[in-house]
Amino acid sequence: MAFRDGPFENIKVPLVWTAAVTVVVAAIGCILLLISDARAQTSPYQPVRSGVEAVAGPVGGIFAAPVRWFGHASDYVGGYFFAVSENRRLKRELAELQPWRDQAIALKNVNARYETMLGIRPEPPVAMQTARSILDTRGPFSRARLLDTGSANGVKVGNPVINEHGLVGRIVGTSSGISRMLLVTDVASQIPVLVDRTDARAILKGDGSDNPRLEFMRGVGSVQVGDRILSSGDGGGFPRGVPIGVAARGIDGSWRVKLFSDRGAIDFVRVMLFEDFGQLIGREDLNAPPLAALGTLSEATPEQASAITDSAARRDAARVQAEQRRADTAAATAAEAARPRPTAPAPVPAPVPAPAAAPPPGGTE
Amino acid sequence: MRRPVAVRVVGPVQWIVIPALVTVAVTILLATPVELFGLNLPEPVLPMVLAFSWPLIRPSITAPLVLTGLGLLLDVLTYGPLGLWALALLGIYGVVLASRSFLIGQDTAVLFVWYAACCALAFLLVYLVRMIIDHNAASILALIGQVVPTLLLFPFANHMIERFEDGDVRFR
Repeated sequence: MAFRDGPFENIKVPLVWTAAVTVVVAAIGCILLLISDARAQTSPYQPVRSGVEAVAGPVGGIFAAPVRWFGHASDYVGGYFFAVSENRRLKRELAELQPWRDQAIALKNVNARYETMLGIRPEPPVAMQTARSILDTRGPFSRARLLDTGSANGVKVGNPVINEHGLVGRIVGTSSGISRMLLVTDVASQIPVLVDRTDARAILKGDGSDNPRLEFMRGVGSVQVGDRILSSGDGGGFPRGVPIGVAARGIDGSWRVKLFSDRGAIDFVRVMLFEDFGQLIGREDLNAPPLAALGTLSEATPEQASAITDSAARRDAARVQAEQRRADTAAATAAEAARPRPTAPAPVPAPVPAPAAAPPPGGTE
Repeated sequence: MRRPVAVRVVGPVQWIVIPALVTVAVTILLATPVELFGLNLPEPVLPMVLAFSWPLIRPSITAPLVLTGLGLLLDVLTYGPLGLWALALLGIYGVVLASRSFLIGQDTAVLFVWYAACCALAFLLVYLVRMIIDHNAASILALIGQVVPTLLLFPFANHMIERFEDGDVRFR
């Protein structure tokens, strides 16, 4: 018996009610999705997200092509009309930067010598992967981008992303050819930073605006307007010292950061294939007791041992000589003070040359 | 002999499928990461236009389902928690559906006020849920920067209502 031949054939449900039921059922489904979903790599729907992004990325790239061409054309026209003024500006900047370059080379040399003398193991260079931003989401609740590189090129979740000016964000999802970058301005972004001038630590929290907030700042006067903000490397998520921006006061009175990455369009970026401190040093080394490396020191050769003995002996001899000289000087001063002084005024004697200054303790070699 | 009169059939393809596809295309287009003259492209929540106009055109079972799909796509594209924007859009649809008998035939100004109220409700819902999930409140200025372009889309919603409302006399 067909349904319409049954006892329900005359029942007519208003379309408004069926639509309302659909809305309620769909809303319940959305709430369940919302509860079960979590952000980042812990989300159970990450493969679905990656699949949609893998499709939307190239589509966005196709849509973006004409707009990019228009942008390049406007840049070309602007460059043509402003070539002379830009040339003058660049010459002026070049003249200002040349002394800084010489100073940087000298400081780099001195720094390398210090590191060698102190036995510091500097951080190894981090490999980079260049990528292009192909899809962008803005707004108060999301600041993220899709990049046209993925796990096939070694990109992993957590990798920091920079452009030519400074830190841009970090990778929060990857597929083989597409990766999702969360910008430092996103509401979910929290990055440990330091103030370059005072070494004070803080947390950089995005809030969907162009200038993220500085929170959990310790100390009074630890930050001033114009201070450079760098990544602190605390926690191992980011390498230390990546430039982020300069401190500024927001209109609400809170400390905010003007990002260096806003100086230009975030088009081409570089993904730092940096995971955490675990790749810089072995796990066994991190767990080793303090001064454990002394046990691995090789024995001194006879030449080294004799040189060390000779150096110590000469240092002891110099110290004895210096103490003897200091004692003689003190005795002469005491004898001079014990001599009786004449009552009548006497002619001013000729100036006596001062005794030689005592050498510093430890002597010289 | 009478000449045959061409009957224009207005089905779900015309007022649901095609606007939904256009919305997806424009959303992806506005997500292009380019700066023109130092300015980014605006990023309004385009499906809010559909969530407001569809229940006024006619009640439907298909429309809420498509709206859910659009919301989920928006969640994926914006890297938000899955279901949030879909829930907000369904909220708008439900409110307008409930007040449909009042809104039918009203002046454009009244419709705009209702559209603004529905958008405000949806943004408030998303703002509060994100604040709970992220333990961090979004910037009010940035929120205004997305609400205003969304409100400016009202002429498209009004055009859709005027274009399709009388398409099927059974629902008048």
